[in-house]
Amino acid sequence: MNFSWMAWTLPTALFFITIALLLVGMAVWEYASPGGNPRVGILRFETTRGDRLFVSLLGSAFIHLAWLGLGGPNLWWALALSVVYAVGVFRYV
Amino acid sequence: MEKTWNNKAWFMVLPVLVLVAFSAVIPLMTVVNYSVQDTFGNNEFFWAGTDWYVDVLTSDRFWDALTRNLIFSAIILAIEIPLGIIIALNMPKKGLGVPVCLVLMALPLLIPWNVVGTIWQVFGRVDIGLLGHTLEMLGVNYNYVQNPIDAWVTLIVMDVWHWTSLVVLLCYAGLVSIPDAYYQAAKIDGASRWSVFRYIQLPKMKRVLLIAFLLRFMDSFMIYTEPFVVTGGGPGNSTTFLSIDLVKMAIGQFDLGPAAALSIIYFLIILLLSWIFYTVMTTSDAQS
Repeated sequence: MNFSWMAWTLPTALFFITIALLLVGMAVWEYASPGGNPRVGILRFETTRGDRLFVSLLGSAFIHLAWLGLGGPNLWWALALSVVYAVGVFRYV
Repeated sequence: MEKTWNNKAWFMVLPVLVLVAFSAVIPLMTVVNYSVQDTFGNNEFFWAGTDWYVDVLTSDRFWDALTRNLIFSAIILAIEIPLGIIIALNMPKKGLGVPVCLVLMALPLLIPWNVVGTIWQVFGRVDIGLLGHTLEMLGVNYNYVQNPIDAWVTLIVMDVWHWTSLVVLLCYAGLVSIPDAYYQAAKIDGASRWSVFRYIQLPKMKRVLLIAFLLRFMDSFMIYTEPFVVTGGGPGNSTTFLSIDLVKMAIGQFDLGPAAALSIIYFLIILLLSWIFYTVMTTSDAQS
């Protein structure tokens, strides 16, 4: 099967593999500890760990966009900031 | 009661997973791939990295279109939600008037979007359109092809005509679901018309209003067909919303890389807004 029309590149393939691995990791986590660990955090509404992953990924996307718009094309600092943000989301949201 | 766990149930979600993969995930992956490359056709691609994202995010063209989108959504929400409530409150609750009103309200919703655009394009023309010609006869200087304010007014009136019915029908559904006992209690208490609305009808309509708000915001934020047919984004760029700009960039200019980057940014904005509204809705549900 020819997927050249999808115009794959190594960086984008790595990006999607990372997302897929995150989802597989969440599935394994759910299997090991069912129920999604719902709790009410600083946003004052109930979130499961799936919600927290979604908030982390969406927030990270906007951190990267903000960095590109304000800081320029070097995204390593944006990535570091996103990791800190995701840890914060999983800890406090 | 203990839940029954049956892992075979996962096979039941396979069809929808396949459907979503082909209709959403694979196209989204392709757009991401395009957004970091440049192409001149013939399936040849050149690595561009994050250049297109920087170009889009630092361009006035993107921010202007986004601002126009937000202003348009704010205006139509400010008109359609109160107007929808007022019409729903005044619709008959029983008798022959109910089906007549419901059918009349549903009619604009049944018309395809491109047909709505064509209707208003002709309706507003000064030479042959009923609206444009009548306004000209009355001495109003109206021309949506040349005047940006006229173009905006036409688009807003068209959207209000097309979509207020949806708000009306949702509000009406919320209103008829209120038990008579509430109204009887209010009557015994001697509540005014305003008090009945404020303390009985409005709280009972809260959920449907939230749905109406969500639907109308998302729809108006992604509006494409009607303004494209009526004004084509003009005069100048005065009615060029993000969706129209995207199509101009991708198909008009064949700038597939920047258009893909704009698509991803647009998608992320929609995703964020959808999540906010969904969270607000589910949170208010849980509280009530």
